[in-house]
Amino acid sequence: MSVTLPPATTERALPHPPATNLRSDLQVIADLVPARVKALDIGCGNGELLEYLVRQKQVMGRGIELSETGVLACVRRGLSVRQGKLQEGMADYPDVSFDYVILSQTLPFLSDPQMILQEMLRIGKKAIVSIPNWGYWRCRLSLLTTGRIPLAPDLPQPWYASPRMQAFTITDFAHFCTQINIRICEEIYLSHSRRIQIRKFKTLMATTAVFALEKV
Amino acid sequence: MTHENSVGIVEAQSFTFAEDDPFCLESGATLSPVTIAYETYGRLNADRSNAILIAHALSGSAHAAGYHSEQDTKPGWWDDCIGPGKAFDTNRFFVICSNVIGSCYGSTSPADINPAVGKPYGLLFPVVTVGDWVRAQIKLIEHLGIEKLLCVAGGSMGGMQVLEWAAHHPDRVHATIPIATTAAHSPMLIAFSEVGRQAIYADSAWNQGNYYGADRKPDAGLAVARMVGHITYLSEESMHEKFGRRLRDLERYGYEFQTEFEIESYLKYNGNSFTRRFDANSYLYVTKAMDYFDLSAPTGSLAATFVNSAHIKYLVVSFTSDWLYPSYHSKKLVSALTAVGADVTYLDVKSAWGHDAFLLEVETMTDLISSFLERLAREENVARPEPTSDNLATKITLATLPRSSEEERRLKIEALA
Repeated sequence: MSVTLPPATTERALPHPPATNLRSDLQVIADLVPARVKALDIGCGNGELLEYLVRQKQVMGRGIELSETGVLACVRRGLSVRQGKLQEGMADYPDVSFDYVILSQTLPFLSDPQMILQEMLRIGKKAIVSIPNWGYWRCRLSLLTTGRIPLAPDLPQPWYASPRMQAFTITDFAHFCTQINIRICEEIYLSHSRRIQIRKFKTLMATTAVFALEKV
Repeated sequence: MTHENSVGIVEAQSFTFAEDDPFCLESGATLSPVTIAYETYGRLNADRSNAILIAHALSGSAHAAGYHSEQDTKPGWWDDCIGPGKAFDTNRFFVICSNVIGSCYGSTSPADINPAVGKPYGLLFPVVTVGDWVRAQIKLIEHLGIEKLLCVAGGSMGGMQVLEWAAHHPDRVHATIPIATTAAHSPMLIAFSEVGRQAIYADSAWNQGNYYGADRKPDAGLAVARMVGHITYLSEESMHEKFGRRLRDLERYGYEFQTEFEIESYLKYNGNSFTRRFDANSYLYVTKAMDYFDLSAPTGSLAATFVNSAHIKYLVVSFTSDWLYPSYHSKKLVSALTAVGADVTYLDVKSAWGHDAFLLEVETMTDLISSFLERLAREENVARPEPTSDNLATKITLATLPRSSEEERRLKIEALA
C-alpha cells in the first residue's frame, strides 16, 4: 500500500515563516496541545507545526514524513523526523509512547483511515485530526450546479492529483468515529482559515474541522 | 573543489598503547604494542565537548580531510564534508579520524614486525573485530583527553563502528550518524568478502601471507578483490550512465580477449591502482572483521541491543539505489531504535549512485549532517573552541587545481570503500 501526501505538503516546504506565525489551522492544533507534552506529528510535511510545538511549547516532538523534501526541511529546522509510510512508522512505537498524535489534513489521502486512527490512539493518549470538509455549502452547491466533485476549500486539489483521495464530510467523520469506538472530545471549526463558533449547521458552514479524539 | 574551505595541510599522527599490558581482542588473542594512526582537524573547546570521531570504510584511512603537503593533489577521503563551513564544520568541532587496526595506513597491521619473531606478522596477526577497533578508538580519545564524544559518524564499514559505539559504549557518545550501513553483516556481504579473499588466496604470490620482502606481491588477487568490491559500490543505473556499453578506444568489437568495454577498463584501472595503495593481508583482516559484525547476536534482537542506548540521538541515512547495504537494513535499525524510545532521524536519500552515494551526494549529506550537528550543539550546549591568533596563518594556499567533475568523481570513487 502506498500513501502519497498531498502536494500541499511540499508547497509548505518552501521558505517558511518564523515559528511564531503559524498557518491558522495549524495554530488551532497547536493550541490544543499543552506545553511540555510528548507529541508525534504524522505526515508532518515541512515541520512547521512541529517546530512551533518544540520551540514555543517545549514539546518533545517527533515526526513521520514520506517525502524527502519534507524530511530535509524538518531536519533543517532541527527536528527529529523519520522518513517512511505512516502505518509502518507508527508500528515501531510502543503503546502510549506519546501524549498526542497529530494528523493534519492528510486523512483523505490514506487508504486505511480506520487503522491509522486506531494506531494513533494506540501510541498516543489523544489524537488530533484536522480534516477538509466536502460538506461545506459551496461544495454542495458546486456539485449540484456543475455535476463535478468539488475541490475542498482548504485542500484545493482535484481527485486525480494523488493516488488516492476520498472526499468526505464532517458528518461522515463523526459517524465513522462512533463506528470504530472513538470519541470526539474537542471540536473546532474553521471557515476559510478563521475559527467560527457554531453549534448548528457545522457541516454546512465549516471548510475545515479539527478534532481531538480519544478511545471510548 | 574550492580550497578556501579546506582544513589545509594536515599532519599524520600516531598513538601507541598496550606496550606493557597487551590489548585483549574479542577473539581471546592479544596484541602488543598497538599503534593507531590518526588525524585531527579543528580545535577542542575548553570543556572538550566538541569532539567528533569519523570512522572510515574498508579501504579508507585516517586521512579524511585536507592535504599532506603543498604538492599533494588529492585531499582526504571525506574532504567534501569535513572542513570550515562544511557538514562537519571544523570551525566549530574537533574532528578526529583514526585508522582501524589491521588496515595498512599506519595502524598496527599484518605488515608490521611481529615483536615475538622479529619479522612481519603476516597471518600470525590476530583476527580483529569491529568491537576491537572501537575499543582501540576509546583508548585514542582518552589519550586525547576526551571523556565523551559529541558524535561518531561514518558510512559503510564506518557505520558499523558507529553502531558499535552506540550499542556497547553508550555513555561515551551523545549522538551517532550511521550512514549506508547495517547492524549485522548479511550473508550476501559475507559472500562478496569471501570472493575477494579467495581471489587473494588464489594468487601464488600471496604465499600464505608471507610475501613481505619478496619479489612479488599478490597484486593480481588483490586487484580482482577490488574489482568485485567496486561492482558492489555502483548501481546498475550508475553503470549504465557512466559506462553504458561503450567501447574503449575501439570503433567496433575486436573479437578477442582484450579490454574492450569502458566498464572493463574502469575496473582494471581501479583494481591495479588499489594494489599500489593497499595491502592484500590487510584486505583479508578488514573484510573478516566486517563479516563477524552482528549487533543482534548476543541479545537475539536489535532492540534489546540498543535498550541502554536510547538516550543517544541518531541520524540514520541510507540510499535508494544501494544494493550492498540496502535501505531495509537501515529501516530495521530505525525500527529497533524507535522501539526503545531513541531520538531517531532517518532519511532514505533518493540517489542513483548505489553504495558510492554516501560520498557523492554531498549536498544532501551536508544539509542533513550540518543541521543535525547544529541541533546537537544547541541541545548539548557545546561551546565553540576559543579563537586562536594563528587561524589565518594556517589557511591553505594551495594552487587551485581545475578538475573535471568526472575526474573528481573518479577520485572520490577511488577513495571509497
